[in-house]
Amino acid sequence: MPTNLPATDVVIIGLGAAGGVAALPLTNAGLKVVGLEAGGWLDPRDFAPDELRNGQRNWPQTVQKTAGEAPTVRATSATEAVQGGHPMMNAVGGTSMHYWAQSWRLNPWDFKVVSETTRRYGADRIPRDSTVEDWPFGYEELEPYYDKVEYAIGISGQAGNVQGRINPAGNIFEGARQREYPMQALRSSPFTDLMGAAARRLGWNPFQGPAAIASEVFDGRPPCQYHGFCNTGGCHVQAKGSTAFTSIPKAIATGNLDVVTFARVTRIVSDANGRATGVEYVKGSEVFFQPAAVVLLASYTYENSRLLLLSSSAAFPNGLANNAGQVGRHYMSHHQGAPVTALFDRDLHNWYGLPAQGVAIDEWADDNFDHADLDFIGGANLWAHTDRQPMSAAKMSTFGLVNNWGSDWKAFIMKNADRTNSSYIQKTTLPYRDNYLDLDPNVKDPYGQPVTRITARYGDNEKRISAYAQAKMEQWYLEAGAIKIIKSGPGNVMGASTHAYGGTRMGDNAATNVVDRWGFAHEVPNLGVLGASVMGTSGSRNPTLTAQALAWRTAEYLAANWRSIAG
Amino acid sequence: MAGTNNNKNSPLSPDHDQVANPSRRNLLKSAGLVGAAAVSGAASQMASAQTPATTVNPQDLIPTREALEVLTLAEAETLAAVCDTLIPSDDNGPGANEARAIHYIDRSLASHNAADRFRYLIGLSALREHATKQHGKPFHQLSAGDRQALLQAMQDDTLSGFDPGSANFFNMVRNHTIDGTFCDPYYGGNHHFIGWDLLQYPGVRLGASEADVALGARLPANHQSAYDHATYVKTSTYMGDDDHAN
Repeated sequence: MPTNLPATDVVIIGLGAAGGVAALPLTNAGLKVVGLEAGGWLDPRDFAPDELRNGQRNWPQTVQKTAGEAPTVRATSATEAVQGGHPMMNAVGGTSMHYWAQSWRLNPWDFKVVSETTRRYGADRIPRDSTVEDWPFGYEELEPYYDKVEYAIGISGQAGNVQGRINPAGNIFEGARQREYPMQALRSSPFTDLMGAAARRLGWNPFQGPAAIASEVFDGRPPCQYHGFCNTGGCHVQAKGSTAFTSIPKAIATGNLDVVTFARVTRIVSDANGRATGVEYVKGSEVFFQPAAVVLLASYTYENSRLLLLSSSAAFPNGLANNAGQVGRHYMSHHQGAPVTALFDRDLHNWYGLPAQGVAIDEWADDNFDHADLDFIGGANLWAHTDRQPMSAAKMSTFGLVNNWGSDWKAFIMKNADRTNSSYIQKTTLPYRDNYLDLDPNVKDPYGQPVTRITARYGDNEKRISAYAQAKMEQWYLEAGAIKIIKSGPGNVMGASTHAYGGTRMGDNAATNVVDRWGFAHEVPNLGVLGASVMGTSGSRNPTLTAQALAWRTAEYLAANWRSIAG
Repeated sequence: MAGTNNNKNSPLSPDHDQVANPSRRNLLKSAGLVGAAAVSGAASQMASAQTPATTVNPQDLIPTREALEVLTLAEAETLAAVCDTLIPSDDNGPGANEARAIHYIDRSLASHNAADRFRYLIGLSALREHATKQHGKPFHQLSAGDRQALLQAMQDDTLSGFDPGSANFFNMVRNHTIDGTFCDPYYGGNHHFIGWDLLQYPGVRLGASEADVALGARLPANHQSAYDHATYVKTSTYMGDDDHAN
């Protein structure tokens, strides 16, 4: 029998990017919150600038809970699912400890994919097997929450649209924001300047992207030192605005947040009336029951669906909040593959820098260009960034110029290690009927519980965007002086990704969505879900800031409507 | 575990002075000298190997005071010759063997890459047998040209006796050889920062200014491991602020 703990107002499952943000408005409102985190506290000193450990051996992801419950993956239900790695890490702060920290708002079109596509091009342009819906609200509804998160955790960036005033130094395609970013953008570099100048010659509008990385002293944290090792590395000076160094300490300071580390939640418990009563978790060899008036599920996309499916009861025989059969549906993982890699004839000075120090092109994203004569909807954000480390530099493409070993190869990398660059192209990715998450019938975690099974592949729409975006990226690199270009294939399987969406989609229609417009389950009114698992579209940019804005919004709504939700 | 080194004689032992460490490079040098001076019987045998394409003294590959933790001597001989063929010591400077990539690989097979140990056992013995069958000599005694031809066949996936295949083994060894040549020296490779100097990578720094990365700037190599920086050495007396931890 589990040990019963004293009841709390709110229990949050997972103190990562989303749960770690939600804790702040809740505790500020005076609610007592227990935060259950599967990992522990990490110190900035844990993140040595060590490419082998962090980048090649994936130390942050391999030491904790996620490693034992990585999803299995298959393209279709006709093939066997195979377990791969888990892209996320467990810690207070979660993967916001070591992410790239690119912190985009979605563009207004991303909220209205169905209605805007229908209005401009006709309903038949929505891929027939896609289950995409409009969000239950538009960009304007989320704008105040984007703003709150940007100022709470500290986003550096250059605004392109403040209350309708367009500034071409920023993204001219973004939705109107109420004010500038709290900090100027990260500095440019010789390479990003080179790419920016090339884009302007092409008539495009380059701009430096937004990042949850301090560009100046912010809230007592020092600015970015540009030393590199940001990718899968935490920040040695806390310039990266992980929730572990921003919102979570502030929530703790209210006296209302109790953080429980190394707590593996195994089940959300519900009663015969269909209400959540609390959660069961394992810590060490002990099992605890934490009663709570409200449960907020804020683990990662794969675990959000998994935990609901593992939490069946008499009222929910197919998994909690799953009587409509929607848990695990509308899954997507962002199409970020099919990069373009370029070789230049001069050093790019990219040994120091970071993936969030880059220059973006948004001309070919979302519906920022006319699709009338194209065979896809949506598009891609093009991103050229700094950051180069010696082992990965030595593993650079040889562009077919030499074999990849021996004296010729050695001479090649000695000359070209700092002359190559690979783009980051994020594409609109849609949900499809045959793509979903469920429980793997064979593979179990160390506790004997089934892991998540991903069944998903890209559609023609994603592959066509890939080809289109690669052509634009090639044009950009060539204009900047690249002498060789390699374009990689688009891939097929929607594998485990740091950009995973859906499974608990948000929408007004309870027959096709798990949570309502405020993030609470249609079938379980005191169960909220946080994270990108509630997002119904991907946009063509990183999801974290949107997941955080949604989490803040759900938390504020909960605090404002405490009696009706907590019951 | 990766990152653990209990060899008190190692210059990279975690208990060396982390705060002020001016003598680290000297320690590295002296360790190499010690290794070269104390030639064991086994190392003498390696020294007699014909490795015409290289100027490396095989005695330096594994200084005697740092054990082969996993590989047998025969495996080490073969692997050293593979590493030397992949990243040769040549007119452009030192290669994988001077960087002691084999030492890195040996240590990694006892830790992070332990799951690959059996593949090395099968693959290196298969390569040795192919060499003996074709040329009447073990792989490490072949001419550079014969070694290159065998590696090319391995990469083309046409050599038998590998599990799962020779190209798979080739790619793994190539990756590990690059890792061992260009990794942080803490892990036993990139000896004397040879790999980073080859790439003109200026080294681990805790920050880089605009002037440091400006066009035309050429930062001098600082020859610093991440763990030469006191802040990342975990055995310091720093206690941290753990009060908020539950």
